[in-house]
Amino acid sequence: MIRNITIGQYYPAKSYIHELDPRVKIIGTFVYIISLFLVSNFIGYGVVLLFLWVLIHQSKVPFSFIVRGLKSIIVILLFTVGLNVFLTPGEHVIYEWSFIHITGEGLYTALFMGTRLILLIMGSSLLTLTTSPIQLTDGIENLLNPFKKIGLPAHEIAMMMTIALRFIPILLEETDKIMKAQIARGADFESGGFIKRAKSLIPILIPLFISAFRRADDLALAMEARCYRGGDNRTKLKQLTIEKQDYVAIGVMILFILALMFLRVI
Amino acid sequence: MSTETKAIELKEVYHLYSSGTPFEKEALKNVNISVSKGEFIGIIGHTGSGKSTLIQHFNGLLKPTSGTVLVNGQDIHSEKANKRSIRQKVGLVFQYPEHQLFEMTIFKDVAFGPKNMGLSEEEVKKRVEESLRIVGIGPDMYEKSPFELSGGQKRRVAIAGVLAMQPEVLILDEPTAGLDPRGRDEILAEIQNLHQTLGITIILVSHSMEDIARFVHRLIVMHRGTVAFDDVPKEVFLHVEELESMGLAVPQITYVMHQLKARGFDVPLDVLTLDEAVKVIRSQLGMQK
Amino acid sequence: MVVAQGLTYEYHVRNEQGNIEETQEALKSVNLSIEKGQFVAILGHNGSGKSTLAKHMNALLFPTGGTLWIKGMDTKDENKLWHIRQTAGMVFQNPDNQIIATIVEEDVAFGPENLGIPSEEIRKRVDTSLQAVQMTEYKDHAPHLLSGGQKQRVAIAGVLAMKPECIILDEPTAMLDPAGRKEVLDTVYRLNQEEQITTILITHYMEEVIHAHRVIVMEQGQIVLDGTPQEIFKRVEFLKELGLDVPQVTELAYLLRKEGIPISEEILTIEEMVEGLCQLKQKQSN
Repeated sequence: MIRNITIGQYYPAKSYIHELDPRVKIIGTFVYIISLFLVSNFIGYGVVLLFLWVLIHQSKVPFSFIVRGLKSIIVILLFTVGLNVFLTPGEHVIYEWSFIHITGEGLYTALFMGTRLILLIMGSSLLTLTTSPIQLTDGIENLLNPFKKIGLPAHEIAMMMTIALRFIPILLEETDKIMKAQIARGADFESGGFIKRAKSLIPILIPLFISAFRRADDLALAMEARCYRGGDNRTKLKQLTIEKQDYVAIGVMILFILALMFLRVI
Repeated sequence: MSTETKAIELKEVYHLYSSGTPFEKEALKNVNISVSKGEFIGIIGHTGSGKSTLIQHFNGLLKPTSGTVLVNGQDIHSEKANKRSIRQKVGLVFQYPEHQLFEMTIFKDVAFGPKNMGLSEEEVKKRVEESLRIVGIGPDMYEKSPFELSGGQKRRVAIAGVLAMQPEVLILDEPTAGLDPRGRDEILAEIQNLHQTLGITIILVSHSMEDIARFVHRLIVMHRGTVAFDDVPKEVFLHVEELESMGLAVPQITYVMHQLKARGFDVPLDVLTLDEAVKVIRSQLGMQK
Repeated sequence: MVVAQGLTYEYHVRNEQGNIEETQEALKSVNLSIEKGQFVAILGHNGSGKSTLAKHMNALLFPTGGTLWIKGMDTKDENKLWHIRQTAGMVFQNPDNQIIATIVEEDVAFGPENLGIPSEEIRKRVDTSLQAVQMTEYKDHAPHLLSGGQKQRVAIAGVLAMKPECIILDEPTAMLDPAGRKEVLDTVYRLNQEEQITTILITHYMEEVIHAHRVIVMEQGQIVLDGTPQEIFKRVEFLKELGLDVPQVTELAYLLRKEGIPISEEILTIEEMVEGLCQLKQKQSN
């Protein structure tokens, strides 16, 4: 159960999108997200959807993988849609019962917000599906570098992200193991009220924290043994370079924005 | 005619991981095992052979995709079965069990299991003291933090935590992993003691063929999710080549006997322990006492 | 390569208020000299000081008394710290807790990246190191999907990429299954033979050290035995007193000798045992 978390999972494949420079992809994703909030009608979303569909097709990531990312936000999605359906005031009342009013405006906003959220998640999961964690952190470190001058620890942030990504699967597995060990000792995580359930997590959380600290200790020693001394004078196995395909991608991005601007004017 | 109720019985058990996805993996295939009360069984198998999946079926932590698991004759996945009482009857000590310790004191940690069973305070106390005595942790240590102990001691406390539930069957997954020879011998001696004096049924998963040969009365070999062998160790260890093809080995002594035979000695091949080997070699060299 | 003179390490046990309760000596005036290219195994039960000694060799711990030199560099000399760690690389026990990156080749590159080596040179080193441990086909894999033995080989490659002259392995096989142990040991012995890398293997599995050039046994922070594997393992009773093991065939030879059978006391392998018995049999029939 605990292993089925797919958000932020990399899907290895050889595609045009996979080979783009991570910096281009990160900035592209930001531009895409901003554009989602600027679009004000469904025609705009039509263009976004078309654009996204082309990207997904190009990335060779199976559509089911992208949809799977949506499962994890289904609660938020339903909540947003519900909130908009029931709480948007309007003149075109479609259904009325006691304090519940469903209006045409409400349905429209709900649909609009729902679409926005779905497109948002699909677009951003495409970034993590086509960019390996290491490329992603390299990209972020590189993009943050200019801010080093104002004291932003770009290298440290990237290193922390790498280590977190490295240890997430290990700690998930460990949680599973500890849970099973405590169940074998008669622990019960399924019944009882909120307080009882929260309390029943102690036998899992304490061993998990202890193990995490032990691992952190070991890792710090191992890093020191391999001459780690912060980000200064460090070189990289893979240098990031902007290639021909990246310029093409930037061009496509600009066209996309122009198209949206054009439609918004109309 | 009454047949004896078996401690554990697995009938045609299959287990699929991630069933219905492209990552589907058959971890157990048609496994049939029955464990009688009071047995001392060893399980060996290469990593990924299905032995971890198997032992988690014994106490209902995993549910078979198809097939049945009976504990004391009762189907543990039937409607009326009480999972908790089954897990109390079949105790499972995981690999590196010291990683599950969490309480402030040794006493409290060992009490976790019996408390979950809803026993009275006196009964809990009695059981904790009893099981700590068995693993050789004295009353002067009760109020100490389990995290102050050495690796071997921590592991003994963790085993006591399972013993305090007074299981009828005790399954141990590589209880000696990562210990030095002294710590290993202490733990193994304790397990043997549990079997002999308390009559607890023991199922021991191990990578050490020498330990297996020394202790167990019956040996189950897992390979690619199936039971490849299930017999007394002497018989199983005769199949040197098959075991090697499964990424396993036989005790060094057994290899010596096989090679001696190949060099024209008239030695039996089912020699597993040092004492037997000394006897056999002595008689071969005509030095009877 | 490695020279220790009067090497002592004391540490303080503190109580809850942070006051010193007692002082313990993990290493007591250890004298040791290891030649270049040697394969040295260090045995001892937990708490005998073998791990503490290893951490000194990588300048992760510093002596409180005496001196330790790595290739002539005093480990207390702060200016040489990074050079020492690069010269004497270290592999730890838990394979999961020493791999830093999320892709195998990125992890192997971690050491050279820290040393500030140019990208093209790192590429070359990563490729040769992965080849040396036979993990080239896994270079794009995520470490958590590898087996224990494979992870340890990646860790060894990570050390090799720093071009060390000496590798210290602190119980590298303690958490592995027999197949993983074999993988790691084969790799370590091969590297010692082919690349003449000085190797210091710390373990408590006796079968792992029978091919070493030299075996050192530690007890209570001191070296109590030092010699070839043959010389060490004939002391069956002494080793057992220390809570250590001997290979099963060595024990068999010891028991046979006790029974008055004149077999060599220097038997370490199955083949030697069989050979010895065959010779005895032949002598009898003559």
